[in-house]
Amino acid sequence: MLIIDCPYCGPRPELEFAHGGQAHVVRPADPSKSSDDEWTEYLYLRLNTRGVYAERWRHARGCGRFFNALRDTTTDHFLATYRAGERPPTVAAPRSAP
Amino acid sequence: MQKFSAWSLLREAFRGHQGWKSQWRRAAPKAEYDAVIVGGGGHGLGAAYYLAAEHGLTNIAVVEKGWIGGGNTGRNTTIIRSNYLFDESAALYDHSLKLWENLSQVLNYNVMFSPRGVMMLAHTVHDTQVIKRHVHANRGNGVDNEWLTPEEAKAFCPILNIERNIRYPVLGAALQRRGGTARHDTVAWGYARAADALGVDIIENCEVTGIRRDGAGAVEGLETTRGAIRTRKVGVSAAGHTSVVLGYAGVKLPLESFPLQALVSEPVKPIMPCVVMSNTIHAYMSQSDKGDLVIGAGTDAYNSYTQRGALHINTHTLEAICELFPMVRRLKMMRNWGGIVDVTPDRSPIIAKTPVKGLYVNCGWGTGGFKATPGSAHVFAHTIAHDEPHPINAPFTIERFRDGLLIDEAAAAAVAH
Repeated sequence: MLIIDCPYCGPRPELEFAHGGQAHVVRPADPSKSSDDEWTEYLYLRLNTRGVYAERWRHARGCGRFFNALRDTTTDHFLATYRAGERPPTVAAPRSAP
Repeated sequence: MQKFSAWSLLREAFRGHQGWKSQWRRAAPKAEYDAVIVGGGGHGLGAAYYLAAEHGLTNIAVVEKGWIGGGNTGRNTTIIRSNYLFDESAALYDHSLKLWENLSQVLNYNVMFSPRGVMMLAHTVHDTQVIKRHVHANRGNGVDNEWLTPEEAKAFCPILNIERNIRYPVLGAALQRRGGTARHDTVAWGYARAADALGVDIIENCEVTGIRRDGAGAVEGLETTRGAIRTRKVGVSAAGHTSVVLGYAGVKLPLESFPLQALVSEPVKPIMPCVVMSNTIHAYMSQSDKGDLVIGAGTDAYNSYTQRGALHINTHTLEAICELFPMVRRLKMMRNWGGIVDVTPDRSPIIAKTPVKGLYVNCGWGTGGFKATPGSAHVFAHTIAHDEPHPINAPFTIERFRDGLLIDEAAAAAVAH
């Protein structure tokens, strides 16, 4: 089980959190003006990065708030957590997994 | 190819089994092939076999970054069934089930297909309604499935607990008698051996690191850890790493990769004659011919490439297993592992051409690709050979997400994703 550092509450076990998928996915301002491809990209296409991934979490059984995290998907190590609305912090490149 | 038969077994028994040869060559990559399959699991090796056997393409290769069958083919719980809800899925999975039924004869390799029956449990009123709907939809599509009362379910699987005083009592079950299990490794080995006999090169320890394209954007080759390979057709069958491989050609897919876990108990005498699955309390179990109970757990909540999962995911499944099968409570669990599964938004696979000419993809099998191995490989080979999908996989495109033509099997996969 992961220990996740909520920017509001501090480190808590994974069971208190809900995963919210890729972070910084911006909903088109006016969907009626989006092309089918733009709308598909927004709804369905995800980076699914092998490496450092920016993702949303919600402290569902704690403060209830959304925040973002940078996690290395090859090791599951968290490199940083930061509040919604903030830009992802610059982090040192993680030790690569085999 | 050295044929297996009663005679060859008898002959080798008298010579101390000294006459058996390697089942396939240890091939090194050639400079050029007519087609290359990326990924040496059951789906990829099967596609290579059908390309050679049915479409006459024998100057082809399978490249695998590890060893063949070492990914999800060797990590799944070997359950085979075709009781999916929608017409498109029923056609695809039943095509596969029909190929399973005589695969051992076709490949001259015993894949130990055992149609021992797959039973899915209902624990709530909602389950009962959904499962009965499935039974009717399946029968309408010519796929066998039948509704059992709790007593009938217990008669079919005597170790099942149908007491009414448990937290999620069994209210009934759907039984697909043609479903069952097969020996997972032999599927990879059987296809590899049969493909090799037709001239296919199976190249292990060869990781793809790039996809080369010509001025018009079409595929012209692969870069690998064992050198460049020229080819105009590439079929990617890389399961959890499909996003990574297709990323080399700039193709973004509606996939997310998650760790999925399984575990096995210590071996015991035969106690379980079938496969039992429960969607609601998330447990599935069968007994291998070796005697160990094979148990499937769930995916982690977050995407990852770690090939392991969290302990609380297994704990959750084992709680359900102990409630459904009280006699296994004191068994020891021997091994636990994870595989990386690529999940699509509608939980149906993608077997299709990509926007890049000469690049084909077979992915998105999520938590249940093993059952589909022969059918998936068969229609993927057709797609590569003809540059057009087979009628069975024609609906399983990438564009279905843009066009709103989802094949939404999220509930029908019988596990809570």
